[in-house]
Amino acid sequence: MPTVNNALTDLTIAAARDGLDKGDFTSKELTEAHIAAVEAARDLNAFITETPELALKRAKASDERRAKGKAASGMDGIPIAVKDLYCTEGVETTAGSHILGGFTPPYESTVTQNLRDAGAVMLGKTNMDEFAMGSANITSYHGNVINPWKLDDGKDRVPGGSSGGSAAAVAGHLALGGAGSDTGGSIRQPASFSGIVGMKPTYGRCSRWGMVAFASSLDQAGPMTRSVEDAAIMLQSMVSYDAKDSTSVDQPIPDFAAALTGDIKGLKVGVPKEYRLDGMPGEIETLWQQGIDWLKDAGAEPVEISLPHTKYALPTYYIVAPAEASSNLARYDGVRYGLRVPGDSLDEMYENTRGEGFGAEVRRRIMIGTYVLSAGYYDAYYVKAMKLRTLILQEFQQAFEGVDVMLTPTAPSPAFAIGEKMDDPVQMYLNDVFTVPASMAGLPAISVPGGLSDEGLPLGLHLITKPFDEETLFRVGGVLEEAANFTAQPSYLGGAS
Amino acid sequence: MSYLIEGETGDWEVVIGLEVHAQIVSKAKLFSGAATDFGAEPNSQVSLVDAAMPGMLPVINEVCIEQAVRTGLGLNAKINLHSVFERKNYFYPDLPQGYQISQFLEPIVGEGIITLDMPEGPREIGVERLHMEQDAGKSLHDQDPKRTFIDLNRSGVALMEIVSKPDLRSPAEAGAYMRKLRAIVRYLGTCDGNMEQGSLRCDANVSVRPTGEKELRTRAEIKNINSVRFVMAAIEYEAERQVEVYEDGGNVVQETRLYDANKGETRSMRSKEEAHDYRYFPDPDLLPIDLTQDFVDQIKATLPELPDAKKQRFIDDYGLAIDDAATLVADKETADYFEAVAKAGDAKLAANWVIHELFAVLNKASLSIAESPVSSDDLGKLVGLISDDTISGRIAKDVFEVMVTEGGDPADIVEDKGLKQITDTGEIEAMIDALIADNPEQAQQYRDGNTKVTGWFVGQIMKASEGKANPQMVNELLKKKLG
Repeated sequence: MPTVNNALTDLTIAAARDGLDKGDFTSKELTEAHIAAVEAARDLNAFITETPELALKRAKASDERRAKGKAASGMDGIPIAVKDLYCTEGVETTAGSHILGGFTPPYESTVTQNLRDAGAVMLGKTNMDEFAMGSANITSYHGNVINPWKLDDGKDRVPGGSSGGSAAAVAGHLALGGAGSDTGGSIRQPASFSGIVGMKPTYGRCSRWGMVAFASSLDQAGPMTRSVEDAAIMLQSMVSYDAKDSTSVDQPIPDFAAALTGDIKGLKVGVPKEYRLDGMPGEIETLWQQGIDWLKDAGAEPVEISLPHTKYALPTYYIVAPAEASSNLARYDGVRYGLRVPGDSLDEMYENTRGEGFGAEVRRRIMIGTYVLSAGYYDAYYVKAMKLRTLILQEFQQAFEGVDVMLTPTAPSPAFAIGEKMDDPVQMYLNDVFTVPASMAGLPAISVPGGLSDEGLPLGLHLITKPFDEETLFRVGGVLEEAANFTAQPSYLGGAS
Repeated sequence: MSYLIEGETGDWEVVIGLEVHAQIVSKAKLFSGAATDFGAEPNSQVSLVDAAMPGMLPVINEVCIEQAVRTGLGLNAKINLHSVFERKNYFYPDLPQGYQISQFLEPIVGEGIITLDMPEGPREIGVERLHMEQDAGKSLHDQDPKRTFIDLNRSGVALMEIVSKPDLRSPAEAGAYMRKLRAIVRYLGTCDGNMEQGSLRCDANVSVRPTGEKELRTRAEIKNINSVRFVMAAIEYEAERQVEVYEDGGNVVQETRLYDANKGETRSMRSKEEAHDYRYFPDPDLLPIDLTQDFVDQIKATLPELPDAKKQRFIDDYGLAIDDAATLVADKETADYFEAVAKAGDAKLAANWVIHELFAVLNKASLSIAESPVSSDDLGKLVGLISDDTISGRIAKDVFEVMVTEGGDPADIVEDKGLKQITDTGEIEAMIDALIADNPEQAQQYRDGNTKVTGWFVGQIMKASEGKANPQMVNELLKKKLG
């Protein structure tokens, strides 16, 4: 077992970038350290596919560019983890599902191509809830991911989901950054559970081309990192207007990292009262109040606001997302790629393939989605949900006339032990109660580590801004990060525990 | 004169609505850049999008929107500035996405009108809507005894579905509707109208009811008919079948039927109970189409003259009979050909020559007007030679035959073969004089009042002149000489 060079795996992206620039170390050394960490941490099950050879090849190319003074970006030579939902050229892409077993795309998703073009070094494809459906990374065909944060109760905890592999990889210092995807909270909730920063940009900022689709009107790529600045640096190399995605938006792309000025004086911070849930753990409530105070101390003005339709966001989400998913997943039929389980007739082949290929949670959501789109139920469920979605969006728009940013908790609890909440899907769905509203409205949002729970597990604070105002998000996120001064580390780092 | 089926219980009326699938003329597919050429190697025109690879997304081909709007305008239809693509969900191996992207609640084109030229007079048939959708691929069942192969070349090809109102009342009207619609889209250049290649296909909704009944009865849908003749035959068969069902005390069931051209009958494919629930919903991968009136107006400004307008102009400007005008405008190439011939001067004569002489030649050799062995220029010259009396109509037929078989400029042929009409009075008089002198008996008969003998004299002169004598002059001079 190679030794892990913690001096390199403990860096932030910004620090690694500076070290590379100064010639303190090479991308090859940085990459080797992370490859060793990935190998040493296999029991976290964070990766589905490791690509060490590819990583070293790209690291070498990066070092050559840098030697010529032609580093492509702040991400050049930086080892990252990529969620297995991004199609990666020549590298198996399963989206955590048996049905895509053996599928190796001949093409590269726009977001991972952007990261490649920026010089980022992919260490491998990370584990995830099957087709991004889950909040605990327990629905993957490739097994559950273990959160590097452990308590001395001996229990393994979930890293959150669906981007649980990327979260664990970043939290456990196996990668400097992770590419995640967020449909209802799949970046932010695992970031909160894993004590890292997770950011979802405005819907349309990142191209969805080449991302295995879950719910097209909600899916959005985003960075998972160990600092707000890192998230800004990484996002810079992910976004682009892409004519191949009709929902991609052609907006000017600012310098995200430059937005971290630390100055939030006079900013109005909306605190939506409807997020104060009945039965919410006291530690969540306390941290939220702490967050409000930190921002106030930095010169911002907290304002209580009301988003009365928030309570409908989660049920609405669980109509819209499964509806889209039921249709998006129809292409996995055993005819052209991935798994095929033969049958005596065409229908039997479909049944066998999809029955074996999809796990229970995916089958559940396909059934929910099929049901809500069916003749006779469509108006009562889908049409009504779409109307509510419009109301939720309008409500946010109105609220943002009075405030610049909103602050909420990221998740209603810290990471729970593997095995908990397993038998009640509704309990599981409640994990996304704070993150789903921004998803329904397509708004940018970020989860920043705020502190530890009573037991000693990380908790995140959640910020939401107006569409395409990622700059304010990073600026406020940076202030929150500084105030929180979250220095706690998981017990399992870089493979050394 | 309505089309009625005489049953044992009385007369039955047929009610028909047609759904026509017309392939949009475009280089690329509706949502991908793959080519659309007919007859390419299987699976050689398939993009990652057409094969529904994971993570692939549709991007609208704007040419197709333009073509749909152009077609809508050609059908005098309402253009919907806001329209939405929806997903029609069902599983089939030649449908890679597991759904067809189509338009459902909000199509790009609304109500319009197609006017049919029926023998009884014009008939206006309502168009319900026109929407865009993707074609599916093709399942090949005959390549292997056990397996089905899939060809995705057609997968994602852009189609317009043009739905008529249930306004058609006979197989003949259905046929006329298909021909008229085909003419319009071909004039517009939005569909090549090629039914053998599947560029234009038709589903017919057929029901029957006793004459006088107002309510529509249950309909059967006959799927995928690929010729005008079959559309008419399928409807005729199906309507009679339904009358029999009712008169035998049964009920027509709502179902999908197939037309078997070999047996000339329709048979059940699947019933309503087996019908799919397509679970339509707006495609979240695509934004709604929002057009400006300006965009529509710009297309409107470039619309060509359409068959109805052209027919009226042929009647007004050229003095053509309605039937002749309708025949000539049925096909844009024919109309253009005729107009080129008519430049020679006598439009009616030009119309006659195109409709009778040229069509006879083309039909016999199964040629299209574009493949005509005689160019419109040359036919125009020939018509010119007739109207300026250089040759007679009879001689012209001989010249035309030479043009068809050997080719060449008609003036040269007339010159080379010495076919020029004799219009010299002296020459004709001399021939008449000689004829009368040689046949005093016939001349006497004429003088005795048997004017029918004139025909014999004309014939003899034409024979002597090898048909070149101007028949009119021969007639006049004969009367004078014999009288």
